[in-house]
Amino acid sequence: MPPVVKIEEIHKIYDSGEVPVHAVRGVTLEIERGDFVALMGASGSGKSTLMNLLGCLDRPTRGRYLLDGIDVSQLDRNALADIRNQKLGFVFQGFNLLARTTALENVELPMLYGARKFTTKQIRERAMHCLDIVGLSQRFDHFPSQLSGGQQQRVAIARALVNEPQVLLADEPTGNLDTRTSAEVMGVFQKLNDEGITIVMVTHELDIAHFCKRNLILRDGVMVRDEAVSNRSFAATELEKLSSAEAAAKLTGAKT
Amino acid sequence: MRFGSIIKVALRALMRNTMRSILTALGIIIGVGAVIAMVSIGNGAKAQVEAQVASLGQNVITVFSGSMSSGGMRGGWGSSPSLTIEDAEAIEREVTGIVGVSPEVRDRNQVLANGLNWNTSVNGESPDYPDIRSWKIASGAMFSDQDVRSVAKVCVIGKTVADQLFANGDPVGQTLRIRNIPFKVLGVLDSKGFNLFGQDQDDAVLVPYTSHMKRLSRRSYISSILIQAASADVIDKVQKDITEVLTQRRKGREPDFTVRNQVELAQTATATTQTMTLLLAAIASVSLLVGGIGIMNIMLVSVTERTREIGIRLAIGAHGSDVLMQFLIEATILSSLGGVIGILLGIGSSQLVSHLNGWPVLVSTASVVIAFVFSAAVGMFFGFYPARKAAQLDPIDALRYE
Ligand SMILES: Nc1ncnc2c1ncn2[C@@H]1O[C@H](COP(=O)(O)OP(=O)(O)OP(=O)(O)O)[C@@H](O)[C@H]1O
Ligand SMILES: [Mg+2]
Repeated sequence: MPPVVKIEEIHKIYDSGEVPVHAVRGVTLEIERGDFVALMGASGSGKSTLMNLLGCLDRPTRGRYLLDGIDVSQLDRNALADIRNQKLGFVFQGFNLLARTTALENVELPMLYGARKFTTKQIRERAMHCLDIVGLSQRFDHFPSQLSGGQQQRVAIARALVNEPQVLLADEPTGNLDTRTSAEVMGVFQKLNDEGITIVMVTHELDIAHFCKRNLILRDGVMVRDEAVSNRSFAATELEKLSSAEAAAKLTGAKT
Repeated sequence: MRFGSIIKVALRALMRNTMRSILTALGIIIGVGAVIAMVSIGNGAKAQVEAQVASLGQNVITVFSGSMSSGGMRGGWGSSPSLTIEDAEAIEREVTGIVGVSPEVRDRNQVLANGLNWNTSVNGESPDYPDIRSWKIASGAMFSDQDVRSVAKVCVIGKTVADQLFANGDPVGQTLRIRNIPFKVLGVLDSKGFNLFGQDQDDAVLVPYTSHMKRLSRRSYISSILIQAASADVIDKVQKDITEVLTQRRKGREPDFTVRNQVELAQTATATTQTMTLLLAAIASVSLLVGGIGIMNIMLVSVTERTREIGIRLAIGAHGSDVLMQFLIEATILSSLGGVIGILLGIGSSQLVSHLNGWPVLVSTASVVIAFVFSAAVGMFFGFYPARKAAQLDPIDALRYE
């Protein structure tokens, strides 16, 4: 089976400012189906730029990108929109949920734009199912302003999942979350990955990267390291540890 | 994206800023409302004019003495006496397709009866006159051809004259005096109301035209001839034949008469209404233009405010056309809702005007439909530029927009 993501010598140069910024400098990468990749690097190293390229939100200046065997560098605006809708799920750093729109409706959104036609009932059921996966089905009628940061992030994940994407891309999904909520979100990712979804995520935190299977490190737009994670963390055990540590610190009165 | 969802999103966006939406639609509301009100009032006036034209009688042709131009000098109708009874008789004899002819002589006289007096129009007519004008006799009877031949001192009076002179009691059989000559009242005409020029048509006394010419006005000329054609189909031919007969009788002299039919009269009467309609259309287009610019302005603001939302939708897989549709429909809903409110407002205010002033108003379906279609079209037209601006946004730039 061919890799789901294959990029060859990809470059991105931002021309908008006075000096052109060479944000990604010839990255070559293959990601197999079922992989779980953490992309790390210092601020400004080009992680978000690379994620936007992988997410078909932006076009590379040079290089080739094969997604699921399709050369997406040649596609037009509408074809790219369809790829984003059908093959990719994107979780943004700032959640990017529609305000004044319920959690359920936010999750339904990708199905409204897809080429695939669903009935209203199917749309509702699938959205509810995805909210269930991220453990938020009880809060389906809440607006984003009524949800915590972690809950909003989980709604965003449910939205990314709803069209059954080939690859789930997440740009700093835990960036705004505390340790416990981060572990919870990583638990959701691990569960999805166990079910076979390929995940690529950006993170700054090394312990978050340890939840993944493979770590990539980017420096000044160049891939400097690509290694498998040996001592992988698992959400269930990490949450257990957190609970006992919190109990010890009398933060909560929960189990001893 | 499905139509239902687009409409839902658009309505929600408009409702989020209810006040702003109302203020934006206000331009359209006022414009459409004003136009509907004015058109309804104008239509009412037009319908009234048409009813008055119809009250002239069916398929009526009038011959006026005096021509539109004689020797370079243009006189008014009836300005130079030239028509004679012989002309009327020749028309009756030689033109086919005629059902009635009435030579007319008119002047104003003081009329006395029961010790009361009243200044009214005394008209010399033939017995055909009520039929030509589709004017019924309320009581009594019209004078006869025999009365015309014998230059009889008989008359038929209009409702107003009957009310003024014979307030209590039946006028039929009584006598009234015109220029001190007693005339016997044979009948009373039905009420017919005001004519095109605002004159009370019931304020008249009809006498045989011979009596008028020999006993009252002592004229040898008649002022006009009223002719009724058998049907609308022959009216043009009859009009032509009349002109021909009269021209022949004048043996090469310059024509000193004018033949007009009812349709032409109606056209003259409605010419003002048409000018008004044009003026209204101008007002309407200016107000819709202003309203449309207001919509464009607010839609541009809305697109800027919702750049992030647009970015999210594009990132999730919306095509440019989906976003275009969304904003276009929002603008169209805004303007057509404004149109609907304006139409209701216009109908309401025209009803109010009719209630207060007693003016006739007529709300035509066509004007309502046109107003609605135009207001929707304005939204579409002025919403297009902002909508296209939204559709052409780059997903990343839009997502990054603060
Ligand atoms: N739209 C843009 N126009 C010009 N330069 C840009 C643009 N976006 C990013 N850059 C530049 O490209 C480089 C890489 O930016 P990028 O956002 O990919 O970094 P990052 O690794 O995601 O950083 P962080 O961890 O802070 O999010 C930076 O130097 C940045 O200034
Ligand atoms: Mg970044």
